[in-house]
Amino acid sequence: MTDGAGLRQAARRIRAGILELSHRGQSAHIGSCLSVADILAAVYWGGLAITPENIASPDRDRLLFGKGHAAAAILAALAERGFFPREKLADFNRDGGELQEHPGPGWPAGVEIAAGSLGYAPPLAAGLALAARIQGRNFRVCAVMGDGECEEGSVWEAAMFAGGKQLVNLAALIDANSWQATGRTAEITGLEPLGIKWEAFGWRARELDGHNPEEIRTALAEFGRGDRPVALIARTVKGKGVSFMEDDNNWHYRTLSDGDLAKALRELKDGT
Amino acid sequence: MRNAFIDELLILARRDPRIVALSSDIGNRMFDRFAAACPGRFINTGIAEAGMTGIAAGLALAGLRPFTYTIASFNPGRCLEQIRLDLCQPNLPVTLVGIGAGLSYASLGPTHHALEDMAWLRAIPNMTIVCPGDPLETRAAVRAALAQDGPLYIRLGKKGEPVCHRNIPEFRIGKAIEIKSGSDAVLLAVGTTLPLALAAAERLAEMGITAAVHSFHTVKPLDGELLGSIFSRTAPVAVIEEHAPAGGAWSGIAEWLAERGGGRAPLLRFGTPDAFFHEAGGQDWARKRSGLEAGVIASRISEVLSSRAGEKRAAPL
Ligand SMILES: Cc1ncc(C[n+]2csc(CCOP(=O)(O)OP(=O)(O)O)c2C)c(N)n1
Repeated sequence: MTDGAGLRQAARRIRAGILELSHRGQSAHIGSCLSVADILAAVYWGGLAITPENIASPDRDRLLFGKGHAAAAILAALAERGFFPREKLADFNRDGGELQEHPGPGWPAGVEIAAGSLGYAPPLAAGLALAARIQGRNFRVCAVMGDGECEEGSVWEAAMFAGGKQLVNLAALIDANSWQATGRTAEITGLEPLGIKWEAFGWRARELDGHNPEEIRTALAEFGRGDRPVALIARTVKGKGVSFMEDDNNWHYRTLSDGDLAKALRELKDGT
Repeated sequence: MRNAFIDELLILARRDPRIVALSSDIGNRMFDRFAAACPGRFINTGIAEAGMTGIAAGLALAGLRPFTYTIASFNPGRCLEQIRLDLCQPNLPVTLVGIGAGLSYASLGPTHHALEDMAWLRAIPNMTIVCPGDPLETRAAVRAALAQDGPLYIRLGKKGEPVCHRNIPEFRIGKAIEIKSGSDAVLLAVGTTLPLALAAAERLAEMGITAAVHSFHTVKPLDGELLGSIFSRTAPVAVIEEHAPAGGAWSGIAEWLAERGGGRAPLLRFGTPDAFFHEAGGQDWARKRSGLEAGVIASRISEVLSSRAGEKRAAPL
């Protein structure tokens, strides 16, 4: 398995891919993509049993990427991990191309669900996790979503269902960057404390450093053995990895100029 | 349209303390001035469209006049039963504002395309549907919404649409506005397609065909007076809308006609197909894929006109 340094290297390449893709497609939500990069490195470099080799197997683990507005992040991660040829990325946001700014049903293998309307991944993930039980299969399911996304009622319907049914093969992985589209999550609703909410719904909740891919990978590798579904609350920084984007929510909306791209890529290269 | 909407709402809210603006985490900074000028009357409900709609209904029950705001695919899509039961059944005066009508957010993919929203809402009793054709109609629509006593949906494009009127038009819900007169064809523009209809009329003029253009801004209730008059004549009527065939303005007009045994004029549809758009590309691209182009509209109308002329000539005496 890729070691810690390799994991961090993968995350850095995902970030570079995000920047290049967002620049080429002139798409927004760059901060949302960068905050989830280490999580995706952990997922595809050993955290879940999803590989280019097993992707067609009904027994593979499933990643449901709820925060569809961060499409560039999942595309960059899958391309980096070799799920599809890099050339396909040229289609992103190009007139007539197959890759729109949110994932659609015809997307490359590895993107399990269409997304873009927030709050859909948890019920779908609960259904898949239940299917494994009904079919006697061993796969696990992980839904990745934003903290703001947890404001949708559908998230809590699924949480209550999965807790009640003890769907132990289910995890919710929350990219908790403390921002949503128009402000700080804490200033908009009473979302926090998030962990005890999930616990109250019958889940085991755990706080993680969302920029430590090894820690996330270990947590992902472990879930499925306990007696409840698991909520992994990954504390992140929106825009992580590019100094002039970090914790600046303008990068929820802004697109990259040529100059921004060059500056951001240089920072990634110099960083450790 | 977005700026016209918020500017007008703010003007009204300064005078009318019943106005409350709600958004489910959409409209970055756009409500800042409103929030400062009307303390406590801008509410960001978080990303929770269904909840926002129920909260608006609660506010309206106490006599307030809420306006809920989010992307048109989510408002009404994400809160449809709240609209039906909390707003329409008791006929509460809540205005739903959907930004990103039709293909306005084409590049964002099907989750952000609002191509069935009118169908969903047209089917619900007590609902009014208004699709402003430019920023000035947007302002007028906001005022009309406040003056009306029931649920109303305002379907807006995005930012930067051209102004099609010289001054704020006389605007009545259910009464289309004639922008240009003409006798050979009638173009009914629904909301965001108004500039497109005007461009198509120009193309037709170049072919020697004069087309009337109406801003057909209210899709429910329909302007029966106008429909009665245009379908009593023979000039083809083209409905131009960013909406699927089922349940939009074209469909509403076809139903209206069928109930009355049909009209003399042919009814043409220019809209989006009964299919999801899975191709990337912006609004211009997606419109082109749907035949929503001035040249395409003009040539189809001219074909209809010449085939009818041919029929007349061929008819035996
Ligand atoms: C149902 C729905 N409502 C609104 C939106 C618009 N929207 C896109 S991203 C976003 C904020 C998401 O915040 P969060 O989940 O915290 O993710 P972040 O971008 O901060 O990583 C919103 C409101 C949407 N895509 N879907």
